[in-house]
Amino acid sequence: MSAPMLLEVKDLRVNFKVYGGLLTVLDGVDFYVTSGERVGMVGETGCGKTTTMKAMLRILPVPPGQVASGQVVFQGEDVLKMSQRALHRVRGRGMSMIFQDPTAALNPVFSVGQQLGSAIQYSGFDGRASGRQVRQAALAALREVALADPDRLLNSYPIQLSGGMRQRVCIAMALATRPNLLIADEPGTSLDVTIQDQILRLLHNLVVEKQTSVILITHTLGVVREMTDRVYVMYAGTMVESAPTRALFAQPMHPYTRALMQSVPRLSGGGMAEGIPGRIPDYLNPPPGCRFHPRCPSVMDICRQQKPPGYAAGDGHQVACFLYKEQDGSNPGVR
Amino acid sequence: MAPILECVDLKKYFTVGYEDFRKRRPITVKAVDGITFTMVEGEVFGLVGESGSGKSTVAYTVVGMYRPSSGQLLFRGQNLFNQQGKRPLHLKKEIQIVFQDPGSSLNPRQNIRQILETPLRIHSPGSSYLERIAQLLEMVELPLEVLYKYPQALSGGEKQIVAVARALATEPSFIILDEPTSALDVSVQGKIINLLIRLQKQFNLSYLFITHDLSLMRNVASRVAIMYLGKICEVAETAEFFRSPRHPYTQMLLSSIPVVSEEEEQLKPKKVQSHGEIPSPVNIPSGCSFHLRCPYAMEVCARVDPAMVDLGGGHLVRCHLYPG
Repeated sequence: MSAPMLLEVKDLRVNFKVYGGLLTVLDGVDFYVTSGERVGMVGETGCGKTTTMKAMLRILPVPPGQVASGQVVFQGEDVLKMSQRALHRVRGRGMSMIFQDPTAALNPVFSVGQQLGSAIQYSGFDGRASGRQVRQAALAALREVALADPDRLLNSYPIQLSGGMRQRVCIAMALATRPNLLIADEPGTSLDVTIQDQILRLLHNLVVEKQTSVILITHTLGVVREMTDRVYVMYAGTMVESAPTRALFAQPMHPYTRALMQSVPRLSGGGMAEGIPGRIPDYLNPPPGCRFHPRCPSVMDICRQQKPPGYAAGDGHQVACFLYKEQDGSNPGVR
Repeated sequence: MAPILECVDLKKYFTVGYEDFRKRRPITVKAVDGITFTMVEGEVFGLVGESGSGKSTVAYTVVGMYRPSSGQLLFRGQNLFNQQGKRPLHLKKEIQIVFQDPGSSLNPRQNIRQILETPLRIHSPGSSYLERIAQLLEMVELPLEVLYKYPQALSGGEKQIVAVARALATEPSFIILDEPTSALDVSVQGKIINLLIRLQKQFNLSYLFITHDLSLMRNVASRVAIMYLGKICEVAETAEFFRSPRHPYTQMLLSSIPVVSEEEEQLKPKKVQSHGEIPSPVNIPSGCSFHLRCPYAMEVCARVDPAMVDLGGGHLVRCHLYPG
């Protein structure tokens, strides 16, 4: 790896305490992001993508959530052990996040200028900037995301904007503080396809220009293919496969990734695949061994007993599946 | 093939407020502004558009939730809205709908048996419905165990399958599918779509299939219509439609789709990049409603609304680039 490491998440485990027991929502998640890298994170609803990000930023509701173990090393420091003060420096300037639904992310009773302004004031200037400075920075941020008439926009309220404009405001807010890592949680999902395309292109151009690292969370495989350098596939709180984007789309290896890839309807036609039988497991009593085994077409005996470690399967693939045990040249520690 | 649904210059306007309180000048939203299409028996007709384009309003008007402001809807030659008052039961029985979000279209306080019994009670009154319900569940491949479960105990995909079974309960010939899989994950989407296609062939059903997902449409519909701000801008057979999209808006939509393979990438029109947003339907631009976002906009586009032109082979397009 040539680029320096920016973020490294090791063996992150998150539980939720609910009536009736303990949900093991994240069951040992490992991943990393290097400087300037764009990483995709794919998985179905409820697989723990957003929980991972929330745990990383320490915005997970505790209780019911609790981080049972693990490390989130960001720029050499463990976020999970940081003081509140240090955490304030990391949030905003270190990592910032764009949420799926811009309507819910913006406060309806404050104007765009007030919200954008306070984000800039407190995470960009430590609360020491003058009103004029903040205003200039806010205008610049809005211009950056190609919003017309930023002066008027500062005084308008979220309800006066369209969905696409609101998401642009959120992006402006997230990028105004020049973060090293941008977490984009389904930035286009709640928008129409033409608007999604614009938002993603804008995001792409901005992060390339500023050399920002990105974690793009989505369940749309097509978006990942167009936007990222490397992809992690998540299933039921575990990382099942990671690979450079090109390699993953050329040859998906994990049975889950393959099934997911086949489920996507193709623009070239050819009918619909059946999809994946069964449903995502219950987190209260997750299946033993590999969590995918009840739905896996090539399940073996060992899958029911042991959790597969990540095997290196060539072409940059890391696959948590016993099918690739023989191919593995390296010797990963078995968890 | 006999037409099953004819939609002639259908309009649906909503009054959303008043501009001048004393003069009572209404502010209207032209949700559907004059659309014409014909569906034949056993056809899967796809209706595609962004949010706010009026596709759901068309669906709700056909099923009878709205009364059209003007225009005609003929079902097998019978006017769906000719008489004052309620639509007769035998027409309601023929036209059913599956909504987008099964989480909110199934009553959480009824179990699956009760949910499936309601349409039977109304449309084929009798004493025992259990046999018919069992038959319905078998048709959609759900186990009998779900009978006494409540919707919350089922997964999203299973809930949508129950909604499909409910629509089938009255033995309809025409089903409106309003984004039936957009609330679901891709891994379950395939199962539902294949089920719908199988049922369609088995009972020779006609589907009005509404979605914003063109990749899905490619695999399901036999004919596709694109809606923009309450009007249809292009209609064509599916294969023809994806081979040579004509309307600039269609090209923009196609070029915006995120795809997963290089082969599909080749199918996307390169020249048209998406920009601008769908305007509010309260203030529809003059002339062609797309001219503000159109990369090929000409001077005439801002003044005159183009008429639908037949390019041959049932490929209709409404754009000044293609003069009749």
